[in-house]
Amino acid sequence: MNILESIRFIMPEIILLVFAIIILVSSFFIRNKNVLGVFALSAIVAASLYLPQSHKTDTALFFNMLTSDSFSLFFKEISLFITGIVVLLSMGYKELTEEYIGEYYFLLLNGTIAMLLAVSSNNLLMIYLSLEMLSLISYLLVAFLKNNTLSSEGALKYFLFGALSTGIMLYGISLIYGLFGTTDLSIISKTVNTGQMNGLVSLILLVMILAGLGFKCSLVPFHMWAPDVYQGAPTAVTAFISVGPKAVGFAVLLRIFTNNFFPLYVNWVSLMTIISIFTMTIGNIIAISQTNIKRMLAYSSIAQAGYMLIGFVVGSASGMEGILYYILAYALMNLGAFGCVILVSNSIRSDAIEDYAGLYKKDPVTSFMLSIFLLSLAGVPPLAGFWGKFLVFSAAIQSKFILLAIVGVLNSVVAAYYYMRVIKYMYLEEPKVEYIKQKSAPLQIALATVMAGVFIAGLYISPFLNWIRNSQFSLFQ
Amino acid sequence: MSFPFLTCIVFLPLAGGLLILFTPKKNVGLIKSVATTVTAAALILSLVLLFNFDCAKTSMQFEENMSWIPSINVSYHLGVDGISIGLVFLTTLLSFLACIGSYSIDTRQKEYFFLYLLLSTGMMGTFVALDLVLFYVLWEIVLVPMYFLIGIWGGPRKEYAAIKFFIYTLAGSIFMLLGILAFYFTSTPHTFSILELGKTTGTLTLSLQIVIFIAFYLGFAVKVPVFPFHTWLPDAHVEAPTPISVLLAGVLLKMGGYGFFRISFPLLKDAAHYFALPFAILGLINIVYGAIVAMAQPDFKKMVAYSSVSHMGFVMLGLASMTVTGSNGALLQMFNHGIITGGMFFLVGVLYTRAHTRDLDKFGGLGVKMPVYSGILTVFALASLGLPGLSGFISEFMSLLGSYAVFKLVTIVSVLGIVITAGYFLYMLQRVLMGPLNERLVSIPDISKRELFVLIPLMIIVILIGVYPLAALKYQMASIEAFIQKIGGGAF
Repeated sequence: MNILESIRFIMPEIILLVFAIIILVSSFFIRNKNVLGVFALSAIVAASLYLPQSHKTDTALFFNMLTSDSFSLFFKEISLFITGIVVLLSMGYKELTEEYIGEYYFLLLNGTIAMLLAVSSNNLLMIYLSLEMLSLISYLLVAFLKNNTLSSEGALKYFLFGALSTGIMLYGISLIYGLFGTTDLSIISKTVNTGQMNGLVSLILLVMILAGLGFKCSLVPFHMWAPDVYQGAPTAVTAFISVGPKAVGFAVLLRIFTNNFFPLYVNWVSLMTIISIFTMTIGNIIAISQTNIKRMLAYSSIAQAGYMLIGFVVGSASGMEGILYYILAYALMNLGAFGCVILVSNSIRSDAIEDYAGLYKKDPVTSFMLSIFLLSLAGVPPLAGFWGKFLVFSAAIQSKFILLAIVGVLNSVVAAYYYMRVIKYMYLEEPKVEYIKQKSAPLQIALATVMAGVFIAGLYISPFLNWIRNSQFSLFQ
Repeated sequence: MSFPFLTCIVFLPLAGGLLILFTPKKNVGLIKSVATTVTAAALILSLVLLFNFDCAKTSMQFEENMSWIPSINVSYHLGVDGISIGLVFLTTLLSFLACIGSYSIDTRQKEYFFLYLLLSTGMMGTFVALDLVLFYVLWEIVLVPMYFLIGIWGGPRKEYAAIKFFIYTLAGSIFMLLGILAFYFTSTPHTFSILELGKTTGTLTLSLQIVIFIAFYLGFAVKVPVFPFHTWLPDAHVEAPTPISVLLAGVLLKMGGYGFFRISFPLLKDAAHYFALPFAILGLINIVYGAIVAMAQPDFKKMVAYSSVSHMGFVMLGLASMTVTGSNGALLQMFNHGIITGGMFFLVGVLYTRAHTRDLDKFGGLGVKMPVYSGILTVFALASLGLPGLSGFISEFMSLLGSYAVFKLVTIVSVLGIVITAGYFLYMLQRVLMGPLNERLVSIPDISKRELFVLIPLMIIVILIGVYPLAALKYQMASIEAFIQKIGGGAF
């Protein structure tokens, strides 16, 4: 397909960019968080209306730099949904002053463009560029509370870790280019399929690429940045970082490994098993001792990535289905949890778990919602999080990864303890700190949306499964 | 399609609970009447079920089957047979009575009754679900309200007890989930239906059956609870408020036993034969160890809690014998224990609300001050220790009779448990009712009308089954016979 024809497939990206510039310019005149937020929301709605319809066959765009398949469409839909919720959360987040609000939404929309490009890239170079764009925007967003030392510290750590790991990834890509003479994934996968690859060499290459993606998905041992960044960043940004780049990271991981390097499966499966086990276990165990809820959710999100990785390790169609559903459920419940954290921190000016004591008395609705999100993260049926675990564990059992399944279920018991701890503070203790209730309509809309999502995806799961089944790679169809 | 009895029984409480969420917090009277109405309606429906139940049929009755998640073959499938009908009735009865018993809850009533009704839905659903995933979902739903009910309205160590209960049961049941998945992937075509899996029982290899059996065992054994997974029970029972203790002992423990009857034994019959002796020995340990520990308790409620451990041992023993008599005894023992121990916990609660202590040594001479209470307490204590003519005797005797045919030595030692049980219950009666009146209790009032209303139905059932056991046995006999035939047990 030539360039002109390709353009209509990137209409969503173009719309977002146009709106981003409009927001930036108009922020010179309008410094209102909500007005600009509505602008950003309409950008997202318009972009989702222009999403290309799903295709049975892949469409190569821009000299095969990008592709437009049903897999990328799934992740584009999720990315737009995530940003939409994050915009609503930002509108209700008090710490975010109106001084640089235009720049904030500008960056957020550009981050979304990067996400949309990353999930549809079919070329290692394009993958690197879009991920790097996403990373740079994330660093800036984390540092957005520039007078807050934690925010700056988090951003610096994020930047140093990011620079190192993407550097390694870029080196890996350069080696791949040296070996194959191209960075086009579809050409590479043809060579791989002939089985001419040396096992050790391929393993080294894949580990290098994994460094960059593991950083995005916060897999152990590339997870060290997460707690400080999650804690320091403005909470709305934390919500974004905990789900957006993670979903993108998994999408790229699946595209490179499962779709294109699948013949090398035997080389990376044992390594990935170990990473998955460590990610789950370390995330969960350290989460137990956290006293700040954002830090706790950071470790919890590391652990959640470990569960998702089970579906990836299994490498089967049902594993893929599990991972896609898990990402969907995880986006819903994690955004919800952070939304509640924002609501509470607006009212008590604190993120300490201790200060959640007796929340049920002051704000029964928020404590109920936060409990639902935490229970969903813990995997209590019939909420969405349960089915995520159910699907990845069943994929593991089906492909006889019994050890992985057992470690997974044991971990979810450990996880239940620290999720319940927050609930314990909210319902079983008496209030200690002053609570000045702050209302925010956008926040409530966002929370109601994800809350409904958690219940609907839990109780009426069939349509979601069908949607996911239609979004898998051709490899598994 | 006929009237969906089971759906109504299961989800009426939940509907009531949602209604309560929308009632004003201050209007406690309305909240209580909503809760009472829905639990009463569920009880009436279960009575209708009982009268329309065909005792001679061994297949499922009142079946409801709808597809839930077609792509992985999960269905919304409910039904009752002789094994579950008694437990459904037990659950609706205790839910209703404990709801009336909950009137004395004086803080955060709105949340209490919402959680209470959610709990009822989970419990009832567990006994009628015929799809493993549905079963698991309903089984797990029980955990969350229970955590709050113990943790908010419990005694001094409520937080510890609540989280211990939660983690213990979750850890057990999550292995059950793996077992469920193993069933799914080893069956052809892949299915979660308990009935479908029952048709092909015994076709899996023994080693696979053993693995799945252990996975399910971990889930059920924590709930029963089987030694050494019982340590959550005394904590949870003692800290929970009275009506919740009643449901814990009366219904929740039965979920584990029911799991053995519905899933472990019929679907994994070779593994069941393989594990029969260890199963019986664990039953023996429960009976004797539970009784000895109960004897040593100074706390009234803790004593009753450990007596539950002991009584549930008879269920294990009777079931392990895989004889018709033994299994009939085991199933009836579950029902009887629910009624008797439920009543015992109510009685402890009656005393506690008046004396504000459960220390057995702080009572004494209450026989004079509370004659009606004393009479009822004596009946329940005697039923619990297995006095002929009361219900406990029938089921314990049948369990022992059945198991004697298979495990002679184990049964002989188990009988020791009955002697110890008699010992500690009589000792309890002596300390509470007889001797000189404790001066602190001079002005203690006798049992109130509301409390009598709760206890009388239970007492009637205890005596009725004691003198005419067929009233309960007739529902289950045909199903148990088919059950034993299916797993290839002894005909005795």
